[in-house]
Order: sequence, then structure tokens, then C-alpha cells
Amino acid sequence: MLDYLEKHLPKIVLAPTTIAMIVCMYGFIAWTGLLSLTKSRMMPQWEFVGLDQYVRLFANPRWDVAVDNLFIFLILFIIIALILGLLLAIFLDQQIRAEGAIRTIYLYPMAISFIVTGTAWKWILNPGLGIEKLMNDWGFVGFEFRWLVEPDMAIYTIVIAAVWQSSGFVMALFLAGLRGVDDNLTKAAKIDGASTVRLYWHIILPLMRPVFFSAIVILTHIAIKSFDLVQALTGGGPGYSSDLPANFMYTFSFNRAQIGMGAASAMIMLFGVLAVLIPYLYSELREKK
Amino acid sequence: MSRQTLLSINFGRAMIYLLLVAFALLYLAPLYVMITTSFKDIEEIRSGNLMAPPLSPTFYAWTKAWSSACTGSECEGLAPFFWNSVKIVVPAVAISTIIGAFNGYALAKWSFKGSEFLFGALLFGCFIPFQVILLPMAKLLGSLGLANTVTGLVMVHVIYGVAFTTLFFRNYYVGVPTELVRAAKLDGAGFLNTFRYIFLPLSTPIFVVTVIWQFTQIWNDFLFGVVYSGAGTQPITVALNNLVNTSVGGKEYNVDMAAAIIAALPTLVVYVVAGKYFVRGLTAGAVKG
Repeated sequence: MLDYLEKHLPKIVLAPTTIAMIVCMYGFIAWTGLLSLTKSRMMPQWEFVGLDQYVRLFANPRWDVAVDNLFIFLILFIIIALILGLLLAIFLDQQIRAEGAIRTIYLYPMAISFIVTGTAWKWILNPGLGIEKLMNDWGFVGFEFRWLVEPDMAIYTIVIAAVWQSSGFVMALFLAGLRGVDDNLTKAAKIDGASTVRLYWHIILPLMRPVFFSAIVILTHIAIKSFDLVQALTGGGPGYSSDLPANFMYTFSFNRAQIGMGAASAMIMLFGVLAVLIPYLYSELREKK
Repeated sequence: MSRQTLLSINFGRAMIYLLLVAFALLYLAPLYVMITTSFKDIEEIRSGNLMAPPLSPTFYAWTKAWSSACTGSECEGLAPFFWNSVKIVVPAVAISTIIGAFNGYALAKWSFKGSEFLFGALLFGCFIPFQVILLPMAKLLGSLGLANTVTGLVMVHVIYGVAFTTLFFRNYYVGVPTELVRAAKLDGAGFLNTFRYIFLPLSTPIFVVTVIWQFTQIWNDFLFGVVYSGAGTQPITVALNNLVNTSVGGKEYNVDMAAAIIAALPTLVVYVVAGKYFVRGLTAGAVKG
């Protein structure tokens, strides 16, 4: 009996996690998937209506805005964070004095919650008293900065705050990558007379390909899930002009009693993540072989 | 080297330092604005600007944010919610870390048929957008009688945190030589004794990394908090968001900022004290995930 127990202990240890995983991850995903095929509103009800909820979802102008916003946010956030993170990492990699202190400063926003970040930037970007007033006080009379209250511009405030929070993290990823580059390679290139710019462009950047990949996957993941930042910074407003899919899902599921449509929007988000994740995992696995 | 190239090298380095310092100031600016605003009175906020230091610093905003600001219908400040967060974070971090350590150990050193598959399936949990499990989890918590309770939130955080903690420990233990396990087996040590006498003494760094990661994630969580907590059990992020959006008798930006700093302080302190481990957690989750 004891022997049997000992032999199977690893499996017994993993059993609770396995059960929780099957029920609370895969089971719940299936549950949400099924729910998205029903006409549920306030409470789950199992009357199936096929893809009706998805049809309604895509006909909903608010979902349209949320998806468009996600693309704007995703593209700008990823590109700016990547460029900024990479540049800061390259500069920091030049035997800089006080590197540790500077690195700590670049990375501290990552320790803060998106709710705090949103609250802080909401005040900084305040149309009357924030940056606008600062610039006016500094002599730029007539300077206007009211993105927070402009429906067309509100989504860009989310980009600003998200870049501030996450670019230090991208810097840390690239710095770790740069530190992994073989010193002899750079020395050889320098002896051959390659300029610093050419060295980075032709030799080091191509070596950073895996870092680019992981950074993009992580940033995409942050972007698709970012719900807190929108909630705290713009509340999705003005109106619903800065909603992201995650906020749409929350509003329709928990405030509007439209859980069927909420479930459909959640499934679309899952498919979005999978569309990025599967090619990434595929290329990772192929590289390992 | 000619004087000219020396000059241009020095100029280049000066530019790099200039840029690095400029960006450091840029990253610090929001924190500076938050701190200075929190010490101003509302008159000074209206007449001055963001960068102006407080002329007559006052603790008014801090006292109010901590003990009397309104977060919706009740006006008891952030204090009760700060303790709610502590009550959620401490057990959730402890339980998910311990489970992760055993899981990771079993997966890394006691592999069995299907254990790799199990790990892959679990890893997927690090990437799913949580929106896809929100609705069924609400239903489950309801039927267990755990809706709107601290226990319910702890459970949710443990379930969805274990994927990360297992990943951390598994990747760390994979690096421990398997010969050690074999030798221990020859000496008659089983699953638990090998863990206790060989792996546990080696595990301090990975415990620190995992605890910091989980602490930051759970303290900063907003999504689970806002969906699964009720009036008396809200975590601090939810309370902060409510506080900022409750404007009884005029907006008090100084109170908002003091409240935001209070909500951010625990994770910021951990970051400053143990930043090295924080970064390691971030990159471990990223590069290997």
C-alpha cells in the first residue's frame, strides 16, 4: 500500500492541479463557448440559437469601435514600446556608469498596477489642469491638449500610458538579449572596421530575432487583456469611444445582462490570442528540434 | 587616435548619457507629479501647475485618502480595502507558491507518461485571456457560496496563478542535475525526502522570484477583484478606481494621487528592495514561456 502510494506520489501531487486545469480552464472555455451559442441574457439558459450572438456582436457598433481601437492600440503600443525598449537597451549596453540605477528607473512602472497608472495619467492629461496648463505656464500660450475628452483621440492616451508602463520591460528583455551576444563577434566586427551603427544593424539586431518574437507575444498579450488601464484612464469614454474588447465583454456580461453576447466576445478574444500564440509556439518548437 | 575622433567619441558618449538621463526623468515625471500633487491643497492645485513643488506641504490628502475618502456609498477611505488586499494576497501567494513548487518538482524530476503533455496544457493557462473564464467562474463561486468573499477571490487567484508558479519552479528544477535524484534514490530517499533534503535547500532564489511575481500580480489585479468581490471584500485596486470615480463635492486630485500612491506602495517597495528578483521573474516568465 505504502509502496503503491510512494510510486504514484508525483501523480497524486499533480492531481489537484490537473483537475482544476481541466475544469477551470478547458471546461470553462467549453462552457463559455457553449454559452455563446445560446440566447442567454441575464442568466444562462440553454436554448441554442447557433451563431446568432456572433452575428449580433459583429453588427454592434460598439464592438466595432472596440475592435478598431484594439488594432490602433496594439500596433502603436507594440511598435513604440519595441523601438523605445530596444534603443534604451542599446544605449544602456555601452558600459554606462550607474547602469543599475537607470535600469531600475526605467522598469519601476512595471511594478505598478494599471489602475494606478491610469489614475496618474488621468490627472497628468487632465484637459484643464494637466499638461495643458503646464505648457501654458511655461510660455506656450494657446497650447491645447485635450485628448482625454476627444472621442477620436482618447484611445491614444491609453497608448501613452501603456508605453510608459511597459517599455522598460521591453528594455529589460533586449538588454538580457544583448548581454548574451558573444563578445568576440563584436570585437571581430570592430577590427574589420564596422561602424557601431552597422554593427548593430547587420550583426546584433538579426541575433535579437527571438527577443523580438517574445516581446511581441507578451505585448500583444498585455494589449488584448488590458482592461484595467482603460477602466481607470478613460472609463471607455467619452461615450464608448476608447473601449477595448475586454471592456466590451465586461460591460455586456456584468452591466448589461447580455451574457450570451459577452461570451461570444470572450471567445473572439480567445481566438485572437490563439492566432498570435500558435504560430509563435510552432516556431519555438521547430527551433528546438 | 586623432584629436578629432576622440572628440567625436566623447561627443557621442555625452549624447548617450544625455538621452538616458532625459528618459529617466521622463519615466520619473509621473511619480514626481503624483507625489507633489498629493501634498498640495486644492487651491494650490488650481493655481499652480503639475511640475511646481508644493509650497506649503500638507498631509490632508493622505489622511483623507487613507481614512475618510468616499469609495462609492461608504466613506471610510482606502484603509479597509488595503487590509482586504492583504487578506487576499497573503494566502493566495502562499498556497499558489507551495503548489507550484511541488508541481514543478514532480514535472521536472519525476516525469511519467503524459507529464510533458500535462505541462504544455498547463502552460496554455498563462496565455488565455481571462475573459473567457469569467462567466463560468462566477457561476461556480455562486454555487459554492463563495461569491463576493475573500475566500472565493483567494481560490480564483490560486487556480489561475498555479500555471505561472509551476512554470517557474519546473524551469528552475530542470537545471538541477538528475544524478542528485538518482543518488538520493539509491540512499533510499523517496519523492518527499528528496524534495526536502536536496531540492528545498537549493530553492531560495526561485521561491523569492515566485513570491514576488505572485505578490505583484495579485496585489495589482483588478479584473477578478471587480467581478468577484462584493461591498465589504473589494481589493484596493477596485476601491481606488471607485474613489477616483466618486466625486462628492468637487474633484480632489490631491486625494486621488495620495490614494494611488497608497495602492502602489507595497509593490513599489518590493520592487525597490528586491528589484533583481522581480526582473528575473519577468524575464523567466517571458523568455522561457
